[in-house]
Amino acid sequence: MAFAAFGSSTAQPVEQAPRKKSWIAWVLLAPGLAYLALFFLTPFISLILTSLQAPVDFGDVGQYQQAFKIENYATVVAQYWPHFLRAFGYALAATFFALIISYPLAYFIGVTARKWPLLQALMLTLVIAPFFISFLLRTLAWKQLMSDDTPLVQGLKALAILPPDGHLTGTAFSVIFGLTYNFIPFMTLPIYTTLERLDTRYLEAGSDLYATPATTFWKVTLPLSVPGIVSGTLLTFIPASGDFINASSSFLGSTSTQMVGNVIEANFLELLNYPAAAAMSVILMGLILLIVGLYVRRSGTEDLL
Amino acid sequence: MRSFSLGKWLLPVYAVLALVFLLVPIAYTFVFSFNASVKSNIVWVGFTFDNWINVCSDMSVCNAFGTSILVGVVATIIATALGTLMALALTRYRFRARSSVSLLLFLPMATPEIVLGAGLAAQFLSAGIPKGLGTIIAAHALFCLSFVVVTVKARISSLDPALEEAGRDLYGSSAQVFWRITFPLLLPGIIAAALLSFALSFDDFIITRFNNGAVTTFPIYIYTAAARGVPAEANVIASAVFLLAIVLVIVGQVTQSARRKRLARLG
Repeated sequence: MAFAAFGSSTAQPVEQAPRKKSWIAWVLLAPGLAYLALFFLTPFISLILTSLQAPVDFGDVGQYQQAFKIENYATVVAQYWPHFLRAFGYALAATFFALIISYPLAYFIGVTARKWPLLQALMLTLVIAPFFISFLLRTLAWKQLMSDDTPLVQGLKALAILPPDGHLTGTAFSVIFGLTYNFIPFMTLPIYTTLERLDTRYLEAGSDLYATPATTFWKVTLPLSVPGIVSGTLLTFIPASGDFINASSSFLGSTSTQMVGNVIEANFLELLNYPAAAAMSVILMGLILLIVGLYVRRSGTEDLL
Repeated sequence: MRSFSLGKWLLPVYAVLALVFLLVPIAYTFVFSFNASVKSNIVWVGFTFDNWINVCSDMSVCNAFGTSILVGVVATIIATALGTLMALALTRYRFRARSSVSLLLFLPMATPEIVLGAGLAAQFLSAGIPKGLGTIIAAHALFCLSFVVVTVKARISSLDPALEEAGRDLYGSSAQVFWRITFPLLLPGIIAAALLSFALSFDDFIITRFNNGAVTTFPIYIYTAAARGVPAEANVIASAVFLLAIVLVIVGQVTQSARRKRLARLG
């Protein structure tokens, strides 16, 4: 699976005496590289150029001309900084909760369930099961389950956990809940991949050396599973910070929970304010590269691919 | 074996609860595919098989489903073909700029979908290309490409080079060795990559939303219907796809373990 991609940084590929004929390599690479140049690199350049455009004088809505209007960036930051803050805040919270839920799950499947391969396979299938049903329908299902007249909300009100006029949907809680739910498999699978390779003799050695199970976990298991945690947090944090489904008003969010993804979507597709949408996309990408770069450097797994 | 455990029962109970949590919305979708509601499918009205029998009574659901299949198949063919060649080049040849190519392939996976979507839309806009089926397919093949390379690369790295050496020792030409040994061994990896690519394309919403124009894929259909309530037929299609995928995964796992057992007996 692709999730193994992020988790497999510790795997030592078999060295296969690579042949020297590098021209063959370039022939094999050429179509793919051309595709990436056409549909990945040029769109980035387009995005940057668009972010600097200015409206055409006396033009219709949605008409822009090439300019070097760097103020676009200042404008979107001034106008939308709360959305950026919310995007990173919600994504961070969702990454944390997904880790809390995923680590024990991945540990159970990868280490405890080793004795029962059938159980292990079944549980792994259940972890990837959500991928086989539409992302949007799953999110809508949570919206229905958390809507005002459901037993869940009524119960919370009866227990006075939720005030009588309170809601679950449309709150920061439901958005973070939805993000957490949607990204649990992305967190579980890479952690499972590293834990599945964990040599349990290390754990035995720990207990032979009179370490308590807790000490063994902190000193042995956890450090050995860092590559999985790093890839899992990246696979969760990056898409979560750009997501706009969960925070959208027709799903789990409301106008007060809009993330930067929602305003990029609205500016691009409804307000036809392409420069603003492009400027926000560039900022989002820049911040993510910065955060990911710092995080990856700190956690010390540099070769992710 | 002593392993870290938070009490004997806490860990398994926690794991089971986490799995139940993951499956709740799936159960909900499945149950509501039997709801006897007429248009919006929000409140439970009553049990019926009608939605399953007349899935295409509302043609727009089935048209959207068909579009998603078409997009998925074409994008998968493009991504799998280009990606397999790239994976071969990256694993089998030494050349300068190898790490740059790897980085270039990693970047689309590390870019939030909304940035990819907006970038492609900006590109199509400035190039004056009208959005439609073609732009959706181009976009989907792009984000599937990196995943294909990673999946096929993993398969190549796990191959035993001795098998190819044996082929060469038996005077096989490069082409013969490739087509009679390497390719058949790679095939499971290529099929896995294609399935993954199709699944990614089929469920993609964010990138599609920026590049679909007037074309409606299945996720776009659900998004548009979300505000007024998705008709039960959409739940039927999603549930049917889910059941089919689960059956395929289970069949795959069973045949794999059967093959492993057979190999173990031979060895």
